[in-house]
Amino acid sequence: MLVLLIVHLTAAMLAPGLVRRLGPRAFYLLAAVPAAGLGWALTHTAAVRDGRAVAEVYPWVPRLGVDLALRMTTLSWLMVLLVGGVGALALIYCARYFGAAEPGLGRFAGVFVGFAGAMLGLIVSDNLLVLYVFWELTTVFSYLLIGHDPAARASRVAALQALIVTTLGGLAMLVGIIMLGEHAGSYRWSQVAATPPDGAYLAVAVILLLLGALSKSAIFPFSFWLPSAMAAPTPVSAYLHAAAMVKAGVFLIGLLGPVLAGAGPWRPVLLAGGTVTMLFGGWSALRQHDLKLLLAYGTVSQLGLLVVALGAGLRDAALAGAMMLLAHAMFKAALFFVVGIVDHATGTRDLRELSGLRRAAPALWIVALLAAASMAGVPPLAGFVGKEAILDAFLGGAWWERLVVAGVVLGSALTVAYTLRFLWGAFAGKAGVEPRPVHRVPWPMLAPAALLAVAGLAAGVFAPALDGLLASYADTYADPGTYHLALWHGLTPALGLSALVLAGGAVVFALTARTHGWRRARLPVDGGTAYERAMAGLGRLAVEVTGATQRGSLPVYLGTILLVLVALGGSTLLAMWPLPGGFRWWDNALQLVPAAVLIIAAVFAARARRRLAAVVLVGVTGYATAVLFVLHGAPDLALTQLLVETCTMVMFVLVLRRLPGHFSIRPLVAARRVRVAIGVAVGVVVSGLAYAATAGRQAVAISTAFAEPAVSYGGGRNVVNVTLVDIRAWDTMGEISVLLVAATGVASLVFGGSRRLLRPGRRPPLPAPPRGQVWLMAGHTLDAGLRSPILEVVTRLAFHTVVLFSVYLLFAGHNAPGGGFAGGLVVGLALVLRYLAGGRHELDVAAPVDAGAVMGAGLFVALGTGLAALIAGGEVLQSTLLDWHLPLVGHVHFVTSMIFDVGVYLVVIGVVLNILRSLGAEVDRHELIERAVADARREEELV
Amino acid sequence: MSPNLLLVIVVGVLFAAGVTLLLERNLTRVILGITLLGNGVNLLILLGGAYGGPPIVGVTPEPRMSDPLTQAMILTAIVITLGMTAFLLAMAYRSWLLTGHDNVQDDVEDRRIRERAERDQGLAEPDDEEPAATVAAGAPR
Repeated sequence: MLVLLIVHLTAAMLAPGLVRRLGPRAFYLLAAVPAAGLGWALTHTAAVRDGRAVAEVYPWVPRLGVDLALRMTTLSWLMVLLVGGVGALALIYCARYFGAAEPGLGRFAGVFVGFAGAMLGLIVSDNLLVLYVFWELTTVFSYLLIGHDPAARASRVAALQALIVTTLGGLAMLVGIIMLGEHAGSYRWSQVAATPPDGAYLAVAVILLLLGALSKSAIFPFSFWLPSAMAAPTPVSAYLHAAAMVKAGVFLIGLLGPVLAGAGPWRPVLLAGGTVTMLFGGWSALRQHDLKLLLAYGTVSQLGLLVVALGAGLRDAALAGAMMLLAHAMFKAALFFVVGIVDHATGTRDLRELSGLRRAAPALWIVALLAAASMAGVPPLAGFVGKEAILDAFLGGAWWERLVVAGVVLGSALTVAYTLRFLWGAFAGKAGVEPRPVHRVPWPMLAPAALLAVAGLAAGVFAPALDGLLASYADTYADPGTYHLALWHGLTPALGLSALVLAGGAVVFALTARTHGWRRARLPVDGGTAYERAMAGLGRLAVEVTGATQRGSLPVYLGTILLVLVALGGSTLLAMWPLPGGFRWWDNALQLVPAAVLIIAAVFAARARRRLAAVVLVGVTGYATAVLFVLHGAPDLALTQLLVETCTMVMFVLVLRRLPGHFSIRPLVAARRVRVAIGVAVGVVVSGLAYAATAGRQAVAISTAFAEPAVSYGGGRNVVNVTLVDIRAWDTMGEISVLLVAATGVASLVFGGSRRLLRPGRRPPLPAPPRGQVWLMAGHTLDAGLRSPILEVVTRLAFHTVVLFSVYLLFAGHNAPGGGFAGGLVVGLALVLRYLAGGRHELDVAAPVDAGAVMGAGLFVALGTGLAALIAGGEVLQSTLLDWHLPLVGHVHFVTSMIFDVGVYLVVIGVVLNILRSLGAEVDRHELIERAVADARREEELV
Repeated sequence: MSPNLLLVIVVGVLFAAGVTLLLERNLTRVILGITLLGNGVNLLILLGGAYGGPPIVGVTPEPRMSDPLTQAMILTAIVITLGMTAFLLAMAYRSWLLTGHDNVQDDVEDRRIRERAERDQGLAEPDDEEPAATVAAGAPR
């Protein structure tokens, strides 16, 4: 069975290629795949007749109780025959149904075969979770097939409707499956069936399972999706919506029935739902003018009948249901094929426009007549055998059985009526309607229909032979039954009812064909309207909720978040009032100086109107923070903060030179007050939280134990640096990755698409970069007005020293303030110096490498150190101390985490270089281009 | 632990000034606000660690060391702030390239949804309106 599933999957994947190469003829080849399923099932007929199951088990996800347990019992054997047989015929039919120019045909073929595979998997899955997976796969494939024509709105709406309704039911079913599986401790149906739960638990599980089955099989109130799904191409309707997908629900009922039929809600739900569906479907079919819709509603009606038969939980009814299942698949697929042929041959499916087709296409007429007769239940066809068996099974005499019989008789009479309407509408000559010109019917389209119609006749005539096969399924029901499928049982009450049905149907047809007033009658409750209302309501709700919450304004979002912070934090503070005492005014009186500078700078920064002033003031707060770090006993922080602050200032200036000097918007006074109020509130609350958190702290800091291992394991005396590269190296790893991503983002924002933004077209060439590797060629590349001789001289003197100093910082960092971050930033600042002194080409001379390569190399080195430790048998990023005694040099002490720091160093250099290339050199280039374009335009105007 | 009231006040001022700038529409101001907030957060973390001498073995006796863990965290935060500031600045520059200013505009799609809500309409069908993207795309400066 697994092989069959794999064959389906492979064929589905190959199908688009085959169709591209062979055109619609590829469908003949593809038809072999479902046919293989049919053939495989036929070879196991003997086993099935003896009531033995064919089983295969492959482990999949053992810890979740999911395994590919495949099992073919009698019922699944029957379904495999239908899915394989009808699938093969539908694919053959497709070969002529579609023209070579049909768009999306390759995808269609793949999805169709994939659907057949999913259906096969559903049928043979013994594991209920796997069954669910296949169940939803059929839903998804059906969605794709109904929506075959994505340009048509009806097709999209119908596809979505089918998807939502059946998925909703499927989800309910999943919950039911989990309830059963968790109770039994196994998800294999063959094991669940041995220990079913009871009481309310069982009732809930059954209702959930039935929701899945009923929505899939379009039983009332879920019936509405099936007729809409007729937007699909006709072979899809024939296969999915007559033989295969909708039968999944019926199959599930048949599968669970022998065990769960005794549960409380089982019979009432299925019998009532089935009967109502049967009547509603039949009645609606009589109203249709489109032949395909007529058949669709007929399918709804027949599904109701099947649910009644298989849902009764009686041995004889189940036998009859299995027979009806077979009969329905054969005649309904055949009739859909006929409708497709009629549509092809005449160009319409509207029975008011068709006339005289019986004479024009006699072969088609005979096929249609044979299939339709089976649908109506005319002897000696399969439909008659099945329907009579159903009637007989409910002649027990209980009150509910009488109701069901009445419903089935009435529903079958309606079936006869719409069958007649179908035959009359499609084939009869009508007064006042011109016979339409008829194209020749290609035999590959007619043959599948004819084959199915003849099979319906054979199944009727050889019903006793089928009885021997199907009885092994029916006998799994608990109650004793003695019924046998046959054409002739003698003069039984069931035979009388069958005759009554045929006569009554004819009368109904004769009455409804003449009068019209009855057409307006509708069911008071309608699933379709409810669905539309629910979807529209959902849409309205989504719009209202989104409109109310998603204002699209950044200040509003941020303000909301901050106000929540104020409310939560503030109320927490108030709740713990009074705050614990014991504060100090300061640790060190010197702190007062930077603190005062910082406060003044911050307040003025918030008020500044000029961009540059604001940037400088913010920079002052940064430097003041660095001083506070020093005074707190954190020299590493102070060093890094100073370097970063300088870098940040440079970046700001690089960008701001292009932006207007003043902030453009003069904010309204009221809005400004609100902002300041929120700002002050946040400041007060955060201060309070900072105070409360620090004052409330009682535990000893974990880092008090860092110093000793920093030396003995980490091999460094600077505890902060050892923390970064060893104790918490993972944090640093994450951080340098973030830096890399941010720098890449900067480059893409500045470089990406700038050509288009900068007005393409006539653009004068820019001066070429200087040749050779001469130091500080600024005289050749920068305007004289932009040059600064002092800066150039200082740069010449300082550059090498600074770079050397950075290397010292890098390696000294393990034992003194410094480290990879500080070192890298120092190199970055040296590059900034070169760039500022010599312009953008100088940057390329100073660092003739790709910034991305430097960052990548850094990350590689850092990661490599971590992996090397892993390979050496330690943990990731574990460091090792190495001590050598080298001649001449003396004692060498080395820690592997130092290499990690080299990686950090490289990443930081790469990041700064990348930023300079983007915000510096590339922005320069933009400016030059714009100036050149402006100059060119001015010259044009002068001329 | 006894809090350093001076640092508590400094943190409060940095947050107040930072938030005031953060709520502006001008992207440059927003970035400056984030930088101020960054400094404030770093000092906030610093507050949580012990005051003392530099945590270098041999320089400061172990019991008098300042807390190295908070410092390692702040160091990470400082460098990340650098990366983020660079990214936001690049964004401001691009915004200026695209629209000629660096103000954060309201989202066009969100405004359309709000208008639908005010007109009591449901979800838009794909066929109903032209895609918003063609409306929203700002003309190059």
